[in-house]
Amino acid sequence: MPDDKRRKPEADPGVTRRDFMKISALGVAVPAVLGPGVADAVAEEVAIQGPGKVPITLLVNGKKLSAQLEPRVTLLDALRENFDLTGAKRVCDRGACGACTVLMDGKPVYACAVLAIDAQGREITTIEAMAEGDALSPVMQAFVAHDAQQCGFCTPGFIVATTNFLQTHPSPTPDQIRRGLSGNYCRCGTYDGIRAVVLAHAGGQQS
Amino acid sequence: MSQYEWPDHATQPLIGKRISRVDGPAKSSGRAKYTYDYNPDGLLIGRIVRCPYAHARIKSIDTSAAEKMPGVKAVEIIQKPGTEISWAGDEIVGVAAVDGPTADDAVRAIKVEYEVLPHFVSDAEPPKNIAAATGPISQDEFEDMQDNQVPDDQVIAILRKQGVSFTADEKWYKAMEGYGVDPKVLTALKAAKVLPPSESKSPYKRTATVKQGDADKAFASAAATHEGLYGIPCIVHCCLESHGSASEWSGNDLTVHISTQNLSGIAAQMAEPLSIPASNIRVLQQNIGGGFGSKFAADRWDIAAARLSKSAGGKPVKMMLGRDEEFEVAGMRPSAFARVQIAADKSGKLVAWQSNSWGTGGMGGGGSPPIPYIFQIPNQHKQHTAITTNQGSARAWRAPTHPQAAVITMCPFEDLAAKLEMDPADMLRANMDILGPRAKVYAEELEIADRLMGWKQRWHPRGDKTAGPVKQGLGLSIHTWGGRGHSSDQDLSINPDGSVDIKLGSQDLGTGTRTVIAIVVADTLGIPVEQVAVMIGDNRYPPSGGSGGSTTVGGVSSAARRASVDARDQLFEKVAPALKAKPEELEAANGVVRVKADPSRSLSWKDACAKIGAVPLTVRGKNPDKTKPPDLTNSGVGGVQMADVSVDVETGIVRVNKMVAVQDCGYIIDLKTAESQVKGALIMGIGYALYEEKILDPVTGRVLNPNMEFYRLAGLNDIGELVVHMMTGKAYDDRGVIGLGEPPVISPGAAISNAVANAIGVRVPFLPLTPDRVLNALEKGGAA
Repeated sequence: MPDDKRRKPEADPGVTRRDFMKISALGVAVPAVLGPGVADAVAEEVAIQGPGKVPITLLVNGKKLSAQLEPRVTLLDALRENFDLTGAKRVCDRGACGACTVLMDGKPVYACAVLAIDAQGREITTIEAMAEGDALSPVMQAFVAHDAQQCGFCTPGFIVATTNFLQTHPSPTPDQIRRGLSGNYCRCGTYDGIRAVVLAHAGGQQS
Repeated sequence: MSQYEWPDHATQPLIGKRISRVDGPAKSSGRAKYTYDYNPDGLLIGRIVRCPYAHARIKSIDTSAAEKMPGVKAVEIIQKPGTEISWAGDEIVGVAAVDGPTADDAVRAIKVEYEVLPHFVSDAEPPKNIAAATGPISQDEFEDMQDNQVPDDQVIAILRKQGVSFTADEKWYKAMEGYGVDPKVLTALKAAKVLPPSESKSPYKRTATVKQGDADKAFASAAATHEGLYGIPCIVHCCLESHGSASEWSGNDLTVHISTQNLSGIAAQMAEPLSIPASNIRVLQQNIGGGFGSKFAADRWDIAAARLSKSAGGKPVKMMLGRDEEFEVAGMRPSAFARVQIAADKSGKLVAWQSNSWGTGGMGGGGSPPIPYIFQIPNQHKQHTAITTNQGSARAWRAPTHPQAAVITMCPFEDLAAKLEMDPADMLRANMDILGPRAKVYAEELEIADRLMGWKQRWHPRGDKTAGPVKQGLGLSIHTWGGRGHSSDQDLSINPDGSVDIKLGSQDLGTGTRTVIAIVVADTLGIPVEQVAVMIGDNRYPPSGGSGGSTTVGGVSSAARRASVDARDQLFEKVAPALKAKPEELEAANGVVRVKADPSRSLSWKDACAKIGAVPLTVRGKNPDKTKPPDLTNSGVGGVQMADVSVDVETGIVRVNKMVAVQDCGYIIDLKTAESQVKGALIMGIGYALYEEKILDPVTGRVLNPNMEFYRLAGLNDIGELVVHMMTGKAYDDRGVIGLGEPPVISPGAAISNAVANAIGVRVPFLPLTPDRVLNALEKGGAA
């Protein structure tokens, strides 16, 4: 983060939690067992962001996207509301359901549980970049063929998770499937189709 | 005379086959847009100040600080000081601001003072000494009596004695007739005196006792009697797309994007509170992220969004509920509990039923479950107590009152079978003649389910006697539903360039509504599915019914069939001269219009359509339409389900190994989406059987688990093997199209509870079958 973006809180409502941590860190003797590296880390100047809007730049689907956002804005809300990437859905908004799954540096994350400001400098990939132009990706095609979707609201999150799962587990065992795809919920009950998608893919890989 | 009847599946290229849903690519790619995704320039975000108390009176509201905040564009008081609030989470003030965080801050800046009043949220067993209600019968109660098949002479006597607290219009009477309510009951209803609704302070309202035959005598002489306690708590819909809408004004015209199951019905609901004609309201929705019965109304938050937009100079205001709000105010399924006595003769035939049931639908009704479910037991004695609780009102939840009725009937049924040391499948066989109009269907389905589950080979008497802590068991249940097609108007156009579109003010809940319409049209016109553009989600299109009660597929497919037959026959008239044939000698198939007797005389679809002339050929299809027989939809289905579970008696954890669902739904349009409906229902059923419960805190009156961590849905890891068999063949196909959304979700709770009882040897009385409940039952009932 460039220095000019470091700043004090615009309004000072008293001691913030972050201030408190700083004060504690500087004021309390660091136990020797932590070692010098830790002592350096806690003594380092911490950048204060917000509470007003700050410029935020995200690398999404290979493009740099910038907006003025409050630091409390999640990656999910930034994607949906500021960049009109509405494939990731806002459902539970607290990291429980997986409907907002995106890839961050190639790993699936719940975009509702990541602050946009913390996602800076990371490579974000959303469902919108997973179709191959106008054509569907093989996983998307398989979701259609196996009817692994009904209302479709969980589908983008599931496809991001499934695509990543199949890349990391090209020949998954049934147990890996159960564990690997338990991070997303569907209310219409399309899991049987999703399971078929994964099994068909695994069969194709093995044959 | 045009031939509208459904064609034989065997001869058709599309109808009845497994066809992929037409909106699958849009949904899979993330391109499908939902109300929540509506994101125009200048969009304001709406939020609601909600009452934190389950029962209170508003003393004062101070919005001044919020109104001064930068970025806040409108503030609207929804309920004024002095108003009594009856559930936590009720709407008090709406705000609209430039973004979500600012709107959240504005909500926090609004000060509302309340006088806190005593609340009541318990649906535990009501006290025994409550007198039956003697006041006038409400509309809800009347409909409940019909659902419960209270004998007509008793209904008439109650109406004469107690009067009614409502008047209904002709449309409602017509609907009641349609449901099969006896005309003499309706006559008595019209003649009943109308009285003000009874004012009762008690949260308990006991219905009159319903008696049929002589239950006391039948119990006394029965070969076996069982008595038990059963129940199923309130659960929520948990649609992944929360409720909400976006409103914007242009002068006196309102455009509303709304997440709704009832697109054509929304404008009329918004017109009155907003004091504008319904014709000024445009309602739009391309996709909906789940409804399950909870999204029929224009809700108070939707009206608030429209008012906020007006205050903000017409700018669009989007108001989507947060997940916690969704749990508190956006609907739930009523609870139902019962103490049941059931008796059979020594052949297993049911002879007597006695029940004291109760349940809550929040502040509103919620219906009492139709028990005993399906079985026409000759001797009955039953009463129900409705409990009013301070929580957001019940809304229709997929197959209203039926899953509860299945649990309260099929669980005692299997407990009685255990007492008689009978296989419950055999006991069901012994009762076929009291299963009513669908008896033959159940008989066929039971044998298929038996085979698919391997029931005969695998069923064991109650209590798995094998060594080790993991016990296995099987259970079954049956269910029924109506599912007649609703009214639907559609405009089908064949365009001179060969493209085809069909327009209707409907919605696709993910059931496959777009897909079945496209299949019917494409099949009738002999063209590929992809060539038909199904245009829904706009109330400027011809009106179509709300999607509830499994009424959509029958309605939209029947109207689409009539429209496409008419359009095809009109096209034949235009094309016939060019093919030197009479219109009735032509057929449309494989993308050509040709002479039936000489297929070499043909025109490609495109060339045929070029004969239409400059103006598209447009016809209106309707359902119902007595002028264009036959009736293409029907009512009444039966289903049998079986569950195979494992229960760890040390941890209390239940796992579903396999579910078998055998289901009829008349004439099937798309086998693929039909099977998906059933599988989805099984999974939803596993959820409410094992995990789902809306837990209210008796102290605060608030929902304790208004989130998706502690209100758990079934996940991919929880479902076991799912086997679905759809009944087909002449006897089923000839009945016409019947809805499928509700029926398969009715049985899983009962079947799974029965399988658990079969595994561990004792009944876990209440759903969901959580580890603590399983362990408690084991402790009380002794080790398995």
